[in-house]
Amino acid sequence: MSVFIVHLYAFANAQDVTVLVNKVKAKLDKVNDYTAAGVLKTDVAFIKAPVSNVLTYFKKPDHFRLVKKSGISVLPKGGISVNMGLVLNTDNFIALDAGESIINKVKTKVVKLLPNDENDNIVLSTLYIDAATLLIMKAITTTKDNGTFEVDMFYGKYAAYALPDKVLFSFNTKNYKLPKGLTLDFDEGTNPDEINKLKNKKGKIEIDYSSYIINKGVDDAVFK
Amino acid sequence: MEHNMWQLLQIELYKIFRRPRTYIAFGASAALIIILQFGLKVDGSEYASFMLQSIGNFDVQGKLLNGYLVCFIILQLMLVHVPLLVTLIAADMISGEASHGTLRMLLSKPISRTSVVMAKFYATCVYTFLLLVWVAILALLVSLLIFGKSDLFLMRSEYIVIIRKDDIFWRYICAFCFAYISLVTVAALGFFLSSLADNSIGPIVATMSIIILFTVLGTLNIPVYKAINPYLFTTHMVVWKDFFDEKVNVSNEAIAGTIENLPSIIHSLLVLTVYIIVLMGATVWVVRKKDILS
Repeated sequence: MSVFIVHLYAFANAQDVTVLVNKVKAKLDKVNDYTAAGVLKTDVAFIKAPVSNVLTYFKKPDHFRLVKKSGISVLPKGGISVNMGLVLNTDNFIALDAGESIINKVKTKVVKLLPNDENDNIVLSTLYIDAATLLIMKAITTTKDNGTFEVDMFYGKYAAYALPDKVLFSFNTKNYKLPKGLTLDFDEGTNPDEINKLKNKKGKIEIDYSSYIINKGVDDAVFK
Repeated sequence: MEHNMWQLLQIELYKIFRRPRTYIAFGASAALIIILQFGLKVDGSEYASFMLQSIGNFDVQGKLLNGYLVCFIILQLMLVHVPLLVTLIAADMISGEASHGTLRMLLSKPISRTSVVMAKFYATCVYTFLLLVWVAILALLVSLLIFGKSDLFLMRSEYIVIIRKDDIFWRYICAFCFAYISLVTVAALGFFLSSLADNSIGPIVATMSIIILFTVLGTLNIPVYKAINPYLFTTHMVVWKDFFDEKVNVSNEAIAGTIENLPSIIHSLLVLTVYIIVLMGATVWVVRKKDILS
């Protein structure tokens, strides 16, 4: 009997979080496309990059692109996690209740999201959802090809569309390859301790959005 | 005295630019640069993908192969070649006169030997300057015309540097000025060896051999050779690349307009300057003491 009650409780909770995820998804679905202007800051130990102005483009179902106007940008592959619309772009998932947590002083519901599709690049997503505002405050996404990424989101004037004013994207650089100086460099090599010091750090990418143009159409050519 | 020096300099420049050999350097550097630019224009995307293979975890977007990167690649490749082209002229300046039998006649005029040597050296410096300006026009300005402008993306030994496009040109100006001091060092070496010989080929081959030997020693990662690296002028000649490295702030953001290791550049400049002074001092001393027989 008690086993039955536990199962029933778990099932009811799963139903609850599925409803919650679907509500969040419905909120995200209000945005068909957007163009956002922002400032990109790269904090990766082995990349020296200046702060730069960028434009990001999103179009349903899964098009996302970050462009630095007439410049060069370096982002970790798997930039998919920068946009929650891409994480939740399918109905084919299982949502599991993983309790509650406080993120940036906000009480959130922790939801583990497992895609049903074996071929999906995302293996597991952990979402920290503010149930009151239906906003994802934080997401930890594990992908097949590009490891695990953490995304912290801070909302402001575009919260009604679930679009953040600031996105902080973190990833572990331990398994990342370092460049080999292929611009035909004759530099002396750095010692292995220095290399490990550079690698054993968390990489961070921060985008501060200043404005969004929402649902005004985005040309497909942008994503090519 | 100043009037004499100006006249001597004009005569030496006339001698340099009258010889067909002088234009070999301009032709050879132009050919090398044009071949590289053509190759990168035709197959540049292949080269860029090959370059990015070692940072497979990152997605690099933007115009990677632009004029600034092409110029950097050209300068890296010409690191060994341009000094050799300078040698062709510098190492022939005194010994060439000796082999033609005109040195004795030249030094019999009422001008000090020091003035003659310095006029020849200044003329070589002018030639070196013009060669470098030629390389700069072809490698930088023509590359910018062909490939356009964008940020400079460099993969150093263990890290990546991205420099904003509006923060690059001055670095190239500084790098070319530094390269000029490096080439004048090579010219001074050629001059010194030229003062010891009575034929052209010997000092030219000897200067080229020293440059090649020192460059090879500098690239060997064997501890016994690493110890002598700081004293080799070729070690300091490559420091021009440090102009293309920026400082970062506490948030690891690159700071525009900064140079990561300015003291290292100044140190290398001082070492090269000491080389020039010592070699030219030795050349003047040798020529003043020399018993001119040819």
